[in-house]
Parts: sequence; structure tokens; C-alpha cells
Amino acid sequence: MKLPTRMKGSGPDAHPGEDTGGWMPAEVRQAWGRLPAPIQRIALPLLLTVLAFLYPKYAENLPGLFPAVGTLVIMIVFTMMAVGLNIVVGYAGLLDLGYVAFYAAGAYTAAWFASLQFEQVSFHFGSVGISREAVGIHLSVWLILLIAGTLTALAGIIIGLPTLRLRGDYLAIVTLGFGEIIPQFVRNGDNVFGFDLTHGTFGISPIDSPGFGKTLEDAIGVPASFQQSFEREQWFYWTALALLLLTVFCSVRLRDSRLGRAWIAIREDETAAAAMGIPLMRTKTWAYAIGAFFGGIAGAYYATFKSGAFPSDFYFNISVFLLCMVILGGMGSVWGVVLGGLLLSYLDQEGLAKLGNSFSEIIGQQIDVPKYNFGVYGLIIVLMMLFRPTGLIPERRRKKELAEGVHDETLYDESA
Amino acid sequence: MRSGEGSGPPPNVSPSEPISSQPRTENSALDTLRGLLPRSVVSALGLVFVGLLIVWVIGNFAQSPSEFFNVFLIGLTNGAVYGLIALGYTLVYGILQLINFAHGDVFALGGLVASSMILTVFDLTTSTAALVLVLALAATLVIAMVFGAGLNASIELVAYRRLRNAPRLAPLITAVGMSFLLQNVGLIGWGVEYQSIPRLVPNSIAFSLGSVDFQWNKVAVLLITIPVLLGLTYLVKATRQGKAMRATSQDPEAAAMMGVNVNRTISFTFILAGGLAGAAGVLYLLNFTTMRYDQGFQLGLIAFTAAVLGGIGNMSGALVGAITIGLIEAFNEGLSWYTPGSDWTRSIVFGLLIAILVFRPEGILGERTPEGQ
Repeated sequence: MKLPTRMKGSGPDAHPGEDTGGWMPAEVRQAWGRLPAPIQRIALPLLLTVLAFLYPKYAENLPGLFPAVGTLVIMIVFTMMAVGLNIVVGYAGLLDLGYVAFYAAGAYTAAWFASLQFEQVSFHFGSVGISREAVGIHLSVWLILLIAGTLTALAGIIIGLPTLRLRGDYLAIVTLGFGEIIPQFVRNGDNVFGFDLTHGTFGISPIDSPGFGKTLEDAIGVPASFQQSFEREQWFYWTALALLLLTVFCSVRLRDSRLGRAWIAIREDETAAAAMGIPLMRTKTWAYAIGAFFGGIAGAYYATFKSGAFPSDFYFNISVFLLCMVILGGMGSVWGVVLGGLLLSYLDQEGLAKLGNSFSEIIGQQIDVPKYNFGVYGLIIVLMMLFRPTGLIPERRRKKELAEGVHDETLYDESA
Repeated sequence: MRSGEGSGPPPNVSPSEPISSQPRTENSALDTLRGLLPRSVVSALGLVFVGLLIVWVIGNFAQSPSEFFNVFLIGLTNGAVYGLIALGYTLVYGILQLINFAHGDVFALGGLVASSMILTVFDLTTSTAALVLVLALAATLVIAMVFGAGLNASIELVAYRRLRNAPRLAPLITAVGMSFLLQNVGLIGWGVEYQSIPRLVPNSIAFSLGSVDFQWNKVAVLLITIPVLLGLTYLVKATRQGKAMRATSQDPEAAAMMGVNVNRTISFTFILAGGLAGAAGVLYLLNFTTMRYDQGFQLGLIAFTAAVLGGIGNMSGALVGAITIGLIEAFNEGLSWYTPGSDWTRSIVFGLLIAILVFRPEGILGERTPEGQ
């Protein structure tokens, strides 16, 4: 596994972009080369973003294999979580097997602050599409996204402070433990000393929808409440896309920041990083908190989209699913994780069923492919780790690390 | 830091992993807490907690002694089954420092294979003659153990061996993937339904001590577990192969230089662990009469908790931890006086795991990566 990667000579200094555009005519390539570097750099992401934003407008004309707009919302939410998880796993190298806990925390924050759950009080602040007389707490969903992120980040810090000192695999187990406890707490939380906190297995539903309110609707025609709008999915999709772009932007900027470099230093050699004066605990806790922040926002947004938070959504499988996205895309590589996230959540939501159907038609026997989805993810994880541990779009530094190893050569013959 | 420096030489500096020069046990979050609270307060809180626990156990005992003992026996039996699985985790962790997530699924597949043997190959029913029953069950046990051993060794060969020099997270992530893969093998092979077998080992009373009844199925579990454990202890402590295992887990390079075939030793460890998982699968099936493809994961986590509780890498620790967990579970589900009930079992077990890892990462009996001692 080691040798071929080295022999390719595609080290970090190989010319990036050298072989891209080999299919373009020479003149085009030259014209492209004359453009200023910043334009070259942002042209492709910009094009993709514009195409993505226009997707609801041309989606009907696409062949059936393309996802529906509603599916895309879910795909984007999961991708957002994967990008958040990537900060913890990819940047800082802390294996988190309980990320679903943050998703749950975000979803339930939305459920508490924008539903009829707490019928003892009636508090409204900027809520849309709901009668003023309705009981319960109703905050503006935009505010809730921020609150959910902050509360979840706080939860991340609380979980992280005692546990982040543990070495890698123990940390994985502790996070897994939290990932198991929180759903059970949510399921049993309908009677916390006589108080109905989470409404048990029924979950909390409905949850208020985001929207721009009556004033803005009359002024510029944006919907007052997404849920009641005729173009519901479209508006949810655009908001989700904006949130994802924000997450990706923050993620990229963080990676190149002082904090991001500290994370990568810790990932590569904790002892050396500590010797260079990086405060290990604080840096790791930041990774945890920021990763949790985005998980919380994504969870809250998903809850408002589904208009409900249900304990059956929060299983260990989701944590592994998200981890699988990160690994498939390439740990630490933001664009890789976005690709991996979109790909896997597409497979999960629509792809496997569609592929299964065409597969069943070919062999003339009905096979329920989605039933085996987690086997497929397991297979992807194993194959990726064995044959392409750097992921689909490798992060440069990670690639080097995995190809050459961070370990000394062993003395004994491994092949014996 | 507490244990690392208190108890003699630095434990287990494993050579395949340079970061192990990074101190291992001052992971204890006591350092964090010490900043906030004086140490005596933390110890006092711990003692109060243990005291309340003892009061709770005694209170329940006073409520109904015979019920208490029956529940105790259930806990002991479950603990024995967990112990067989936990030993597999501990053996593998001791030698590779790898949490083999797929181990629980080897256990489940072992149980599923056993269910097929019992249902279709031997076609056992409750009316089968006792001698035939015992022979067939012995054959089932052997087959499940061989199956588990072969499966576990192949997993190591295919998935973990290539990653031995990769960063430490790589094999761990692979193990998680492997676990999902194995679950789906079970799903494809045996479907989503529970595989139920007739109650072959009757739950009639074998003998009674006072008002406490010892049922056959529980006694049988203990009767199988104890010899297996004795055999394992003998194997690791007294044979050449066991010596090679201990040497490899202490220092693979030095062991290789002394002529130990490291790869074969690691394979042997996986065979041993797989065999134990297969045996545990059969025992679980006989005791609870059902098995499903996804049960291994849950039980695997519980067994892993047990291994950590007792001090991972420590064989007797794994057993102590497993029995502790078995008792906690049984007490929580079976007792009636101020008991949270089965809704909270998992939270309690995992809460305990977290508390142990945070406050006493070396476990009850201390972590000893070189197996045995």
C-alpha cells in the first residue's frame, strides 16, 4: 500500500491543476491561464453554487435519477453535519462516534423553543405562521438556529472537558456512550420528576417553520412562513444551501486559522504540538465545541423542516453514517466531505432504492437494497480504509501522513 | 497519573505506536476536577455515591431476600456470558491496542450459526432424549466456536493486518465498518426476525439452597463458562503460545527478535477471542432462546464496558467487570425498591462506562496490557 503511492510522485509539491482541463481546447486553456489567480480559484465553486441555487428552477427537466428538491434538503442537512464532524475527526483527529447526540440536542432545542410543548407558558418572539394565542414558547426560527448551535456547543464543551484527556480510542467509546445515553434520555424524558420534558417516544411535533414574516412578505414577496408557502421545499432548500455554504466557509477559514493549524498539529503529533506550546485541552475542546455548533444548527434546521423531533431518529447508525461520509470524502478535506456527504445521503434517501429497482429489473427478482444500506456503508468504510484511506478528494497533508505513516518502520518482517 | 506513577514502572509502553511515549494515564479527568474542587471533595463525593449504592443494595435485600438472590443469580449468569465476550475484547486489546468493534457481531453470528445447527441440522426439540441433546449441543458449541475463531481470524487477516502501521484511528474505523458489514451478513443470512429455539436446557430447578432456586439453564451457563475460563488462563499463563502472546503484547519488536512469530501470535489471539465469542453466542442462545443479527452490537458494547470496567487488557479484570455489569443490569431490572427500571439500563451502563473512563481509566483491577499479568 505504501510503495505505489510514493512512486507516483504526486507529493504535495506536484503541480496541482496540471492535468485538469486536458479535454479543453488549447486556446481556452490559455485564456483560462491569463485570468487572475483569485478568479481561477473561485470560478468552479462559484459556478457550482449558482447551479445549486437554481436547481429548483430546472429540476423538473432532469432525468429521474436526480433527487427531488425535498430530498436535497435532507441531503444538505446531513452534509452539514458531516462538515461539522469533519472539524472534530478530520482536523483535530478526535474520533467521535456519538455525533448524533449533537444532532439530537439541536433538534430538541428547536422543539422546545418553537412548539406547543411547554403549555404552561405562552411566549412569542418573532415567530411566524402561528397564532398569537398559541401556548408554548415560540421564538423566531432564525434565532433558534443560533440558540441551538450555542447550546449544542455548550453541550460539546461539557462532554468534552472531562473526556478529551482520554486517548483516542477511549474517547471514541466515551462519545459512543453519550450517543447512546442521550437518545435514551430523550425517550424516557416524558416524566422527569413529573415534568414532561421531551414527550417520550412520541417526540415533539409540530415545530414552527422558519419564514420572513408578514411585513417582508407584503414588501418584497418572500414567504411569511415556509411551511405555509406554495414553494415550501424550494425555500427550505435555499436556506439549507445558504447554511451549508456558511458552514463550509467557516470550516475552510477555520482550517487556515491559527486554531486550525493547532488542530492539525495535534492530530499529527500530540506530544510535539504540546511541546510547541499548543494548549492541548483548550484546542481540542474548541474543536469539539465548533463541531457541535454546526451539528446543532443542522439538527435544529432539520427538525423545523420535518416539523418534529422524534427519538427514533437518533441512533448510533447515524453517527456511523456521518463518519462514513467524512471517510469517503477524505478526512480533513472540506470539499471531499461535501461530496461524500451528498453522495451518501443521496444513496440513503433515494439512490439505493432507485438502484435497487433497476437492479431488480435486470435480474428479474425483487431485492430490497435499502434494507442493507448499513452493510453498504460498512463495506464503503472498510474498502476506503484499506485501499484509499485518503478519501475521494484527499486533503494534501492527510495524504502524505497516510502514505508515509506517522510511525517508525517496524523491525520485524510483517509479511512473515 | 495517579496509577501510572504510583504502581511501579510505567505500564506497557507499546512500541508500534510512537505517541505512547505520550503519558497514558494522566488522562484522568481528576486533573480537571482538581482545578475546580479540592481532591478530598471529589473522593468524598465518590464515597457518598458508593455508600448510597450499598444502602440501596442492602435495602433491596431487606425487602425480599429470596427475590434478591434470584436476581443475583440472573446477574451472575448474564455476567458470565458477558465475561466470555469481554475476554475477547481484552485479549485483542492487550495485543494490538485495538478495540475490535466487530467482536460483538462475531458473537451474534456465532449464535445465529448455532441456531441453524439446532433448528435445521440437528433438529432438536424439547422432547429429544437427554444424551442426544447433550451430544448435539456439545457439537453445536464446538462448531460455533470454530466458526467464530475462523471468522475472527479472517477479519484480522483481511482488514486489520494491512493497517498495522497506519495511524491508530485507521484500524478502529475499519473495525466499526466491519461491524456493520457483519451485521448485514447476519441480516442477509438469517433475516430480520428473531431466531428462536425451543428451551432445550429446561429452566426447571436443579437444586435449591434455602429459598433460592438454581435453575438448570443458569447452572449450565456457569458449568460451561468456568472450565472455558480455566482453560484460557492455563493457555495464556502456562503454555509456550501464551508466553508468545504475552511477549508480543509487551513489545512486538523484541518478541520478534526473540524468535516469536508475531503475525501468527496475533492470529492466534484472534482465533482465541473468536472462539470465546462463538461459545458466548451458544450460551446466550441457550439461556435466552432467541438471537437476532443486531444483538451482537449492543451486547458487544456492554461487554466492552465490562472489559474497561475491570481494566482493559487484564483477563481477571474482564471477568470481574462483566459480573459487575451483569449484576447491575439484573438489579436494575429485577429489584423493586427505588430502582430506575429497565428503561434506564443502557444509560446506567454507559454512564458507568463514562464515569470509569473519566475518573479511573485503569479500571477496577488496573490496566495491564501484557495479558494476564
